[in-house]
Amino acid sequence: MNPKMACQGLQKGETLATLKKECESLKKKLEEDRGKLNDVELHQVAEKVEVVGALSIKTRRVLKGHTNKVLCMDWCKDKRRLVSSSQDGKVIVWDGFTLNKEHGMSMPTTWVMACAYAPSGCAVACGGLDNKCSVIPLSLDSNENCAAKKKTVAMHTNYISGCTFTNSDMQLLSCSGDGTSALWDVESGQLLQSFHGHTSDILSLDLAPSETGNTFVTGGCDKKANVWDMRSGQNIQSFECHESDINCVKYYPSGDAFASASDDATCRFFDLRADREVAVFQKDSIVFGASTVDFSLSGRLLFAGYNDYTINVWDVLKGTRISMMFGHENRVSRVRLSPDGTALCSASWDNTLRIWA
Amino acid sequence: MAQTNSSGQGTNGVADESPNMIVYRKMEEVIARMQDEKNGIPIRTVKSFLTKIPSVFSVEALHLGTLMAAHGYFFPISDHVLTLKDDGTFYRFQTPYFWPSNCWEPENTDYAVYLCKRTMQNKARLELADYEAESLARLQRAFARKWEFIFMQAEAQAKVDKKRDKIERKILDSQERAFWDVHRPVPGCVNTTEVDIKKSSRMKNPHKTRKSVYGLQNDIRTHSPTHTPAPEAKQPTEEELQEQITFWQLQLDRHRLKMSKVAESLLGYTEQYVEYDPFLTPPDPSNPWISDDTTLWELEASKEPGQQRVKRWAFGIDEVLKDPVGREQFLKFLESEFSSENLRFWLAVQELKKRPIREVPTRVQEIWQEFLAPGAPSAINVDSKSYDKTTQNVKDPGRYAFEDAQEHIYKLMKSDSYSRFIRSSAYQELLQAKKKVKKTQSLTENIKMTNAFV
Repeated sequence: MNPKMACQGLQKGETLATLKKECESLKKKLEEDRGKLNDVELHQVAEKVEVVGALSIKTRRVLKGHTNKVLCMDWCKDKRRLVSSSQDGKVIVWDGFTLNKEHGMSMPTTWVMACAYAPSGCAVACGGLDNKCSVIPLSLDSNENCAAKKKTVAMHTNYISGCTFTNSDMQLLSCSGDGTSALWDVESGQLLQSFHGHTSDILSLDLAPSETGNTFVTGGCDKKANVWDMRSGQNIQSFECHESDINCVKYYPSGDAFASASDDATCRFFDLRADREVAVFQKDSIVFGASTVDFSLSGRLLFAGYNDYTINVWDVLKGTRISMMFGHENRVSRVRLSPDGTALCSASWDNTLRIWA
Repeated sequence: MAQTNSSGQGTNGVADESPNMIVYRKMEEVIARMQDEKNGIPIRTVKSFLTKIPSVFSVEALHLGTLMAAHGYFFPISDHVLTLKDDGTFYRFQTPYFWPSNCWEPENTDYAVYLCKRTMQNKARLELADYEAESLARLQRAFARKWEFIFMQAEAQAKVDKKRDKIERKILDSQERAFWDVHRPVPGCVNTTEVDIKKSSRMKNPHKTRKSVYGLQNDIRTHSPTHTPAPEAKQPTEEELQEQITFWQLQLDRHRLKMSKVAESLLGYTEQYVEYDPFLTPPDPSNPWISDDTTLWELEASKEPGQQRVKRWAFGIDEVLKDPVGREQFLKFLESEFSSENLRFWLAVQELKKRPIREVPTRVQEIWQEFLAPGAPSAINVDSKSYDKTTQNVKDPGRYAFEDAQEHIYKLMKSDSYSRFIRSSAYQELLQAKKKVKKTQSLTENIKMTNAFV
């Protein structure tokens, strides 16, 4: 190698090293700045709030029908129907209130890890190991084979870990093990926007609850939770506090904050205005990873499902655990509050779903 | 040539443990504390190094203990089912050799050798359970061709076992059995070795997986020289680093709120909505899931909004906009004032963003003509900057063509029309306590009305 090339090679190496250093120092400064405004802890301010009284939450329905682990579920806007998907390759639409199975569809692959109900209630979306997210219109005729009308909308290069419709049946947001998330036009299958930034699998996404907002949050195996602008595709905020994979992210009802569940056995609470982690929900006795979270309607309670088969109910403001919900006989993979907040549905590796109130 | 880091270190140099390993380490910490000579669990030599777990257990401790048993860290000495019970049963700790943190994935050939061995030993305690006998029969069919080999292995092991000290043998037998109870659980029991497929594809140390308990060499894959090592974390490029730097600089410029302010806001929000949270305030008349009575949902579906629902519209403009009945009332009020074009524009743009991409260009033109074009029938007032930008956008119409204008109109509505609506007599009337229209009451009214017409 001639000396000039060697010199350039050295310069390149130096440039990379300098850039890395700059990156690290900026990150450090950011953490410092974030810390400067930490004049008080959330739980300290919350000392003046009344303690939540004893909750008498019980299982009100048990939905049996899947023959393998239930991996995901989503509520219909009508507050009683729901869709669930399983490792058994099936997607089932239930009337949770009557336990009636209204539709049962078989997918071409096992491990259907994501499913979502369309806002109109007329379709569902699902995806998993097939690397695709499909939309299936629900027929009123229960005899008709819905799966036949399945239409592929999202295409990724690794498994689909999450999907949700935006505020209409016409757009679908997906996230994948390929580290990207994407917004799709359902009718044409056209990619409207893709989002890059995660350095490993994305395991969860959640749309911000806002009439005017265009943002969503994702969490993944790179331990980061990122907030995205749907319009520009930009990553607008990022949080890296967890010590292991983030399995689930969920917005606080006002949209100003979100919670995350991680394999490090903690759930954390991040405020977007303060731009920092404002609470950690953990206990020495909680050893297994948290896989899923959701808030109650007022945001006071955080329901978290764990790999130790339980659901813990946390006081979001005080940071303490209020109670434990036992019932499932294997990992809890997903918890979701119903649209009017009257019930919580949980899906589990014990092949069942439970509705609690 | 890139050096492989066998502990799978991330770019920041900290060892990246797989999610499973994190849990195993924690359980092993508990085990260490349990086994601590001074403060741990009392170990009594009752016949052969048995352990009695103290009988005072909280529900949570019992649950965690059961999970640790299910993962194979300790086991009841006389039951295949790995669980922890508060009934004075004796348990034994598992030898670290068999701990799950050693990444065991034992093959069926091993299981076959094990079951076969058990049938050779003439001890009542080693008799096969029904499900084990069934498994053995299945394995015999599956491995028919190499059964001689398996049989020989089993014989060899049985021979070695016979030579062992009686007590030692008892302990080893129970530990071996507990190991298999984890990896080939009793039917109906949870298989704790099942992995989430999303995580299994990222196994950090595939070459660390131990596949054979008895050192059987028939599995080529375990010791393959061509077995690929764990992939090294991708190093970022110069371009990526520049992007990251820009990102962090933007983050530094962000305006942040003080925690005290944020905390008050969170407390305020929760307080405002606590009466609407069914988990904290029982809904009126009842929670359908608890009472099996759907009246609550029927009332919400009716055109007449209840007082509690109307009260919520005053919390903020978003509450009115997200409730279809709220939107309707707001629109009605503005129409009565002949100032509904702002809301109608806002709603039209929301609708635009919900349409398939194919319909967007046409809709954009329609909205432009109706609200913004010179001489538009429902002309809205936007600032000149937004107007110019929108004019440009409309030439190449996309879903966000009216984004700036919509934002401006939203702010206007929030500060002007919305506050007028909340103060209006129309809203105040809706807010006044109305008696809940019960089914029986309306029925009576219906009868009265019918009578009036007769």
